[in-house]
Amino acid sequence: MAAEFLPPRMLPSGDAAITVEFARRIDDDANRRVLALDRLLAAEPIAGITETVPTYRSLLVHYDPLQIDFATLADQLTALAARPLPDAMAARHWRIPVAYGFEHGIDLDEAAATLGLSPEALIARHAAPTYRVAMIGFTPGWSYLSGLDPALELPRRREPRLNTPAGTISIGGVQAGVQCIAGPSGWHLLGRTPVRTYRLHRDPVFLLEPGDTLNFYPVDATTFAEMDRAAARGDIIAERVAS
Amino acid sequence: MSRLIVTAVGPATSVQDAGRFGAQRYGLPPSGAMDRLALATANTLAGNPPFTAAIELGPYGATFTAEDGPVRIALAGAARGIKIDDRVLPRNQSATLQPGERLTLGAAREAVFSYLAVEGGISGEAAFGSRSVNARAGLGSPVARPLQSGDRLDVDPATERAEQTIASLPIAPDPIRVVLGPQDDEFGDAVRTFLDGVWTISPTSDRMGYRLEGPLIRHRNGHNIVSDGTVNGSIQVPGNGQPIVLMPDRGTTGGYPKIATVIGPDLGRFAQTPPRRPFRFEAISVAEARQAAIAFAARLADLPARMTAVGQFEVNVAALHSANIAGHAVSAVDAGTWQSEPRPDQRP
Repeated sequence: MAAEFLPPRMLPSGDAAITVEFARRIDDDANRRVLALDRLLAAEPIAGITETVPTYRSLLVHYDPLQIDFATLADQLTALAARPLPDAMAARHWRIPVAYGFEHGIDLDEAAATLGLSPEALIARHAAPTYRVAMIGFTPGWSYLSGLDPALELPRRREPRLNTPAGTISIGGVQAGVQCIAGPSGWHLLGRTPVRTYRLHRDPVFLLEPGDTLNFYPVDATTFAEMDRAAARGDIIAERVAS
Repeated sequence: MSRLIVTAVGPATSVQDAGRFGAQRYGLPPSGAMDRLALATANTLAGNPPFTAAIELGPYGATFTAEDGPVRIALAGAARGIKIDDRVLPRNQSATLQPGERLTLGAAREAVFSYLAVEGGISGEAAFGSRSVNARAGLGSPVARPLQSGDRLDVDPATERAEQTIASLPIAPDPIRVVLGPQDDEFGDAVRTFLDGVWTISPTSDRMGYRLEGPLIRHRNGHNIVSDGTVNGSIQVPGNGQPIVLMPDRGTTGGYPKIATVIGPDLGRFAQTPPRRPFRFEAISVAEARQAAIAFAARLADLPARMTAVGQFEVNVAALHSANIAGHAVSAVDAGTWQSEPRPDQRP
């Protein structure tokens, strides 16, 4: 990893937020720097910051303009972002079960055909890598992953679907995702997980943190149904493993 | 315990407070009132802290009935007819519903949202510090969905305090102030088009986003960017060149370039702009935006001081004068007749 970095750009987002932009494109080094700055701010809070939203390439820093001004905060963030990255960031690691194909992954066969793979090979390549949660956004618990096998890159669907099921496991462009609640999506649906990354009245309500790592493993439809019932009762299902 | 019964209500009516902050990093939108000043005004009149959960009413009329005990209410925001049984109630004034009495609210005029606050607030439980409704996330209290006819809301019985009224400061229909960025460099000359343009709000707008209609805003490098974080007031420009202003039920991240951001102090005024009414944007610096935020906070803090008990009038000579010039019949002892100034929370 490069020893020296360009300083991030400090872009105003209205009167109460700064977008700290490390890169314009999806970039793994940029995402590590985003997550490192996010963790630094959690460890060494700056008075006036109200919350942070890490994304692939930028950290959105919400602040109270009555407590701190843009220029002062931008200077402090620039100084923090210039610190060397830790050699390794402590990460929690999860194993996430997925029922691939059939009614749980209606795009599996077509995506495999487009990629020139058999459905089995697509599943194997999707389940092989260790992914990192690069960001969570759009709707509650929607986890965007980095680490997709480049052989699985596909343009998004021309016509987004207005409703896709809770727990959808999908790919779009260079990204992979774990979707929690039902909603619109333009990605390719490969399967479903019984894991709820967001569930009210469960501790924790949000299972995954930006920076966590995870692997997928295939389960059959019967196992999915059993796990789904347990998840509906509040079980976490995802297995946390020592990293 | 008293109860407020929802006897008839239109869509887009829901319990809202200041919103749910702190979990945007997990994809949870903040929700919360579209017009914070109007929410604070209604709550102040009802004797509550400014951002107590209240009923946000969209453009349609509604009726409510009190049950089991007296219920003190106050309405602020969009102008609309207010009646308790057959008695007409002026705007921006608290009143008490006796059990069995019916509160009838007309359709919104000149603006979109009103806030019906209840003394003591509406009973319910906060999630992530807020009772605001976000139906998709299953959040909101006492019900995690917009209100429907037949809903019964538990509320505190009205206390013996005097009814209160508040004279809002009139405000001109100024442009909506924005800070350019974070991706204004994706637009080049189109930034000028955006600032010079006359805009209207599409009727297809909602609590997630307001769709704008006006000149085409062209991107320099296409309309897809890598998703990054959004705020209330982010103005994103999708491929069709017609901006969308993101509102409190927005997605927490978005993949369209954002040309500018409506500043927090102007977001309520913007939210109250009815469809088809023309308006403009004005770019200000981040430093000016901070001064606006400080002024807005002072204005919120000043609400209790501007409130007077009904019947104890300080005659407002300036308001009387301007109201008389405008040709209204004015009585110095009837607040309802001279409060005909445009309300700050009702003008674009």
